[in-house]
Amino acid sequence: MVLSKKLDMKLNRSALIVAALFAAVQAVSAADIVGKITLKGVPPVEKELPLDANCGKLHPAGKPKTRFFVSDGNGGLADTFVYIKDGLTGKTFEVPAEAKVIDQKGCEYAPYVSGLQTKQKLSVKNSDDLLHNVHATPIVAGNKESNQAQLPKSKDLVYSYDNQEILMRFKCDVHPWMFAYVGVVDHPYYSVSAKDGTFKISNVPAGEYTIEAFHRKGGKLTQKVAAGATANFTFEVKETP
Amino acid sequence: MDSSKQTNWAARFAAMTVVCVLALIGIGGLVTSKGAGMAVPDWPTTYGYNMFLFPISQWHGGIFYEHTHRLAATVIGYLTIILAVWLCFSEPRRWVKIMGLAAVFLVALQGLLGGLRVTLLKDVLGVFHAALAQVFLCWIACIAFVGSRWWKTIQANPLEFEASRSLKNSFFIATTLVFTQLILGATMRHQHAGLAVPDFPLAYGKIWPPTDPVFVDKINQSRIDVRDFKPITPFHINIHMAHRVGAFVVLATVLLAWMKARSGFSPSHPLRKLSNFWLGIVVIQAGFGMFTVWFNKPADIATIHVLAGAICLLTGVLGSLALARLTHLATIHGNPLTAATPRVTQTTAIT
Ligand SMILES: [Cu+2]
Repeated sequence: MVLSKKLDMKLNRSALIVAALFAAVQAVSAADIVGKITLKGVPPVEKELPLDANCGKLHPAGKPKTRFFVSDGNGGLADTFVYIKDGLTGKTFEVPAEAKVIDQKGCEYAPYVSGLQTKQKLSVKNSDDLLHNVHATPIVAGNKESNQAQLPKSKDLVYSYDNQEILMRFKCDVHPWMFAYVGVVDHPYYSVSAKDGTFKISNVPAGEYTIEAFHRKGGKLTQKVAAGATANFTFEVKETP
Repeated sequence: MDSSKQTNWAARFAAMTVVCVLALIGIGGLVTSKGAGMAVPDWPTTYGYNMFLFPISQWHGGIFYEHTHRLAATVIGYLTIILAVWLCFSEPRRWVKIMGLAAVFLVALQGLLGGLRVTLLKDVLGVFHAALAQVFLCWIACIAFVGSRWWKTIQANPLEFEASRSLKNSFFIATTLVFTQLILGATMRHQHAGLAVPDFPLAYGKIWPPTDPVFVDKINQSRIDVRDFKPITPFHINIHMAHRVGAFVVLATVLLAWMKARSGFSPSHPLRKLSNFWLGIVVIQAGFGMFTVWFNKPADIATIHVLAGAICLLTGVLGSLALARLTHLATIHGNPLTAATPRVTQTTAIT
């Protein structure tokens, strides 16, 4: 009995060592790309959403506003989709088994901007006690447009797309202010900037890459960066042409 | 008894249908203006319900416009069937009966187009749906018109033959241009991209706006609208500008028609009055077009613009038909230019 317990511990320890070694190798060959998205200039004032009575009731504190330039007030810019644009050619990546989720809550989509890998499942749920229609409006050939009803408490609608599209729009035509944007890329190396503008693309294999930061209103910026390095981007508020 | 003295109730029913069709075009226009065309994803059902049983409590947001449009369209469908059956029994002229039956075909096709636009997710079908709505409106109006007392009792005045023929050509050309202009407008509206050019009379501060990719990107990024329209493309800008040019062309041709009517007919002549009305409504329509731009395409103004457009077309079509009738009557009653005496007393057979 005692002997077998010792052996067990030994086995456990060796398993631990192997795991630690594996992790160390991983750490050497894969690293995060981190950075911050900054907005220069004064963005236009966000507009109040024209909620109807039913949706208005879900926001007793006041109507929410558009989310064109979401920021922490210290120059950080949220909702920027950052992804590896070049440097992964020829590589294929396993499709994550887990579905990404977008919720409809208070007649708004959450998250507003998110990412998805090609062929990965995207689940759209309805947490509201009223009906929505989920209208996916891709423009890249091969990604299929669809428009489906989603009654309250009905099951999630599941989507998946075969081709890259930065950014694909989802909308509700019952509530014409409801939009969600999804960056569809054929690899798992993407991120969406947080309110303070920071982003992190995790576990990038060693190498040199071109990454692109895409903001719906700011435009797109690219730069070359190595796995493990930092990449900062600065968008400028453009004047109305 | 002289049949021309009798009230043609079927024709009056057709006229009433015309008013209803105009209302339906207004509701349809509102659906597009509100961006609610896809608010009910299924067809002919509504969120899985039989469309007549869809609970009123659920008629909110965009569903209200789309669902009302579907119900109102059904009413027009029934009115058209009633009209066609009525004409089959009461109308002596075979071609008018056929017009009634053709109207049923048109309304069915129109309903099908509307449904396919929803289920096939094809914005372009919306353009055909909008264009066919105008054709249908004019078709029913023509049925009403050929059943009217004017149509049956009017006598061609040989002295007005030349003026009629010349005015007819002007009306034909201007009406065709109005229809082209309506199609341009519908194409623009069914892009669901909002205003492609936000200023007037200039376009992005220029006589003709640039459409290079850098400029277009810049426009799209600076657009801030709660409706978050599709991005503008050079095509959208070009079609918008074509609609502006079209407006000037239509104004000019309708003005020309008005001037011809003014020189060729007495002030009390119905065609004079119709030309006055036509010029007036076309000018008002141009005004609504400008307001649509200046106020950033609000749904109510944009919808009134659609309705006024329909009335412009309707006026042109009825005027053209009246002139075609006048010139036709003059021709079948002999060449008025060589006739020794005007045959103004001759009653016209119903042809
Ligand atoms: Cu909704």
